[in-house]
Order: sequence, then structure tokens, then C-alpha cells
Amino acid sequence: MDYNGYVTEETIEGAEEGPLAGRTVAVKDNLSTAGVRTTCGSAMLAEYVPPYDATVVERVKAAGGRIPGKTNMDEFGMGTTTETSAFGPTDNPAAPGHVPGGSSGGSAAVVAAGDADMALGSDTGGSVRCPAAFCGVVGIKPTYGLVSRYGLVAYANSLEQIGPIAPTVEEAATLLDVIAGPDDRDATTREPPAGDGGSYAEAADGDVEGLEIGVPTELVDGADERVKAVFRDAIVDLEDRGATTSEVSLPSVEHAVEAYYVIAMGEASSNLARFDGVRYGVSGGYEGDWNDAFARAREEGFGEEVKRRVLLGTYALSAGYHDKYYAKAQDARAWVKQDFDAALDEVDVLASPTMPVPPFELGESLEDPLQLYLADANTVPVNLANLPAISVPAGETDGGLPVGLQFVGPAFGERTIVRAGSALA
Amino acid sequence: MSETSVAPETVRHVADLARVDLTEAEVERFADQFSEVLSYFETLDEVPAVESDAELTNVMRPDEEREGLTREEALRNAPETEDGYFKGPRVS
Repeated sequence: MDYNGYVTEETIEGAEEGPLAGRTVAVKDNLSTAGVRTTCGSAMLAEYVPPYDATVVERVKAAGGRIPGKTNMDEFGMGTTTETSAFGPTDNPAAPGHVPGGSSGGSAAVVAAGDADMALGSDTGGSVRCPAAFCGVVGIKPTYGLVSRYGLVAYANSLEQIGPIAPTVEEAATLLDVIAGPDDRDATTREPPAGDGGSYAEAADGDVEGLEIGVPTELVDGADERVKAVFRDAIVDLEDRGATTSEVSLPSVEHAVEAYYVIAMGEASSNLARFDGVRYGVSGGYEGDWNDAFARAREEGFGEEVKRRVLLGTYALSAGYHDKYYAKAQDARAWVKQDFDAALDEVDVLASPTMPVPPFELGESLEDPLQLYLADANTVPVNLANLPAISVPAGETDGGLPVGLQFVGPAFGERTIVRAGSALA
Repeated sequence: MSETSVAPETVRHVADLARVDLTEAEVERFADQFSEVLSYFETLDEVPAVESDAELTNVMRPDEEREGLTREEALRNAPETEDGYFKGPRVS
């Protein structure tokens, strides 16, 4: 079966020795690879060949990882299904006929299919965790500032992080060990505060004895019944292993999706202004003036979801609307952050379904953008709060569709979520 | 949910600001979709004003020269170049 996981299959060799020696690490196609085209899933960049490596790519190569190719994705990371790619949709190897999730759908799919040992994705509002959940694999969204974004083609800088995808928590943590840490080319990175020491991989010991798990009712109540059933079984499993659970409330998350989309679209409208068809990308030709040519290049090079987000972001930031949308969204973001920080003062981790629904059928969801945005309800609050989260396979619905469970930890609490997740996968 | 109605002229105006040409079919479709999405965004009105201290510190590095891209590398992806420069449309 060709499930269309890769946009470009071209091997990039790594160092001979290192913690990833002998392993393959597929790379999402919005991460720059020197000499290997990097399309972002967009016709705009179909021919774009970066002159340099992203920091995470340098680190994977130095650690001995071999890169088998660049994975398919929603165009510029804008989607929840990998169906907005200019290179066609990716099928879900774990549930054929269904979407693999997005936007890092290709990365999760090649891992689920066994065509790569692990993969890198990027997570702006759930783009690592959603496909991990839909494909039955593990995905980690690190704390904002843990992993360098140098060489990541930006979508929404204040929200996004690069994260690992792998079959098990220990393998995902191994890849996180390789990519984490400060980089003077990304000034938002910083040294994590001294933790309990040891690598992230060592924290994958499955020991949840005494772990206090909070379950935010707002992130469970609205979920599909099939998802809730699998989630509840996983929670019982964790309790049997010595974890304690309690309900917590996060009233702010009711506004997280709208806050996320206002901020993400606003940042996207500014970031994607670089695609003018002059330095790279589709040329708009030389008829008319700069503005005419620029607008033609973007008409031709951008797909519909990208246009929709650039325009909505432009609208929300335009004169007269900034205070109504963007300023309120920043208030909501601060509220979400306070809510999570307060809850994580009381418990060690928060647990919820990663996605409130099982994977959609291919082609089912594209017609109604707003309904698709609402599917991100459980993942976007974590990006707004700058926190780390992991999605681990929790089981399958009666119909055989994968369901992911998300643990959220305090800032730089990666070891805690790795430990919790490793009890399940 | 309050109702925001977005006219096709508004979509055209925003597309002009964003420098994105649209087909008529896209304008019509976006007008309907934007009405729905913006109505949803308006629920942000219910969010209270929140005091927040951004935990931000400036990050500095020594101002030292380092290797950048060569001219050839920088121009490699340009659709058109002339005499070692990017070639673009006229500015006005």
C-alpha cells in the first residue's frame, strides 16, 4: 500500500557512532535539510532546496541517525489531517481509509508503518500529538524553549516546538535527549532548570507509584463516547499501578481554541509574508508592479487553507479589530497559563484524551473549517501555556481506531510526563 | 454566539492587504466561512482581563563575525537573478 508518507525519499547519512547509530529518523518537510528539498507541503516551495541544516537535523546526524526522507504534512503545518498538502493526503497505516492526523501526519505514518524507526514533527497547536494519537504511536511536544527552531520554516513562533515521534515512550525520549538544549541560533531556547538529573530516556521506567494525576473535566466531558471509554480504561490501568487520580477544573480552556486560532493566524499572516516569489518560491512574473506580482505568486503558490488563515490573521490584526480579537486572545492565553500552572501546583500531571474524536475518514472533514478547528480543543491549550505534553497510545475503539492519551506536565517537567507515559507504552 | 456577517467586499479588501489574489469562487466561499469563524472568535469577549507578568529576559551573544551564506547559496532558490542580484518586479 502506498500511503504517501514521504514527500521526498532521499537518504541523508549520519555520523558512524552515537546514540542514534543504526536508526532511521524521518524528518518533517518543514525542517531545513541542506541540499535536500524542503517543501512544507506547499506548491510554493516545491523546488526549494535549503542551503543549510536545521539545528535538530544537525543534532540527529551528529548522533548517528540516518534520515530516510522528508515527510508529508499539512501545508505549512496548517491542518489536523495532512489533507491540505499540495502533495496529496497521507493514509493512516494504523487505520487505513482514515486520516493520520496532522499536521505532522507523514512523520507519524512512517513510524506507524515501520518505514522509519522514529521521526521529527513540529507542534504549533497539536501537530505532533494529534498524528501520534491517530496513528497509535508516541509523540512529545516539549516545553517552549527546550528545542531549537533554527531551520524550522515558521508558522506561529510564539507557539511552536519541534518534537519526537516513535513507537515507544523510551525511543521518543531518546530522540528528545538528542535534540534538546540551548542553541545560540534560537534566542528562545534556554537551559532547563536543574531537574532530577539523568536523561529523558532513563525516566521511561514505567514507575507511576504515588504519581498524582489530575483529570480536567473540561477536556473529557465533550469527547466522543468511544474515546472516553478507552480513556477511562487507561486511567483505571494507571490507578492499578499505584497512581492516584482526581478531577480538576480548567475553566479557561473553554476559550482556548478561539484564542489559539487568533494568535496562530495572526502570526502566520506575518510569517508567510516572506513568500513573495522573488527570493524563493513561485514567481508572480513581471507584469504590473511589485504588489500585483506578489499577489499573483501567492494566489498560485498557496493552497486554500493557507489563504484562509493568512486572510483571517490579516483581518484580526487590521485597524479597528486588533483590540477586539488579538488583545483578547492574549488575555485568554494568560488565563489558560495561570489555570494550568495552578492545577499543576496541586497534581504532578494532567491527563486527558489527546483528541476528542477518533481519526476521521479521509475526505470527511475538509468542508467545514470551524468544525475541524474545534477538534484541536485538547491540544492547543498546552501550546498557549508553553508546557510539555506527551501523547501515548491508550488502546483502540471497538471499531479498531487508535486513541491517544495526553499527559501535560509543568514547564521543563519532561521527565515526569515521560515517566507517566511509559506506564502505558 | 453573536453574528458577524462578512461581505465579499471585505474579503477582497483583506486579500488586497495580504497581497493574495483570489478567484470569485474563493471570495464567495471565504465570505461565508469567515462569518462563521469570526462569530466564534467573538466569544473572546467573555474572557476577563488578566494580569500577567511575562517571564522574559533578553538574550545576548557577543557581537562577533561568523560565516553566513555565500552569494551563490543565497541566490540558488531565486526564480530569477541578474548580475548576482535577486530580480524582482518594479516597485511602483
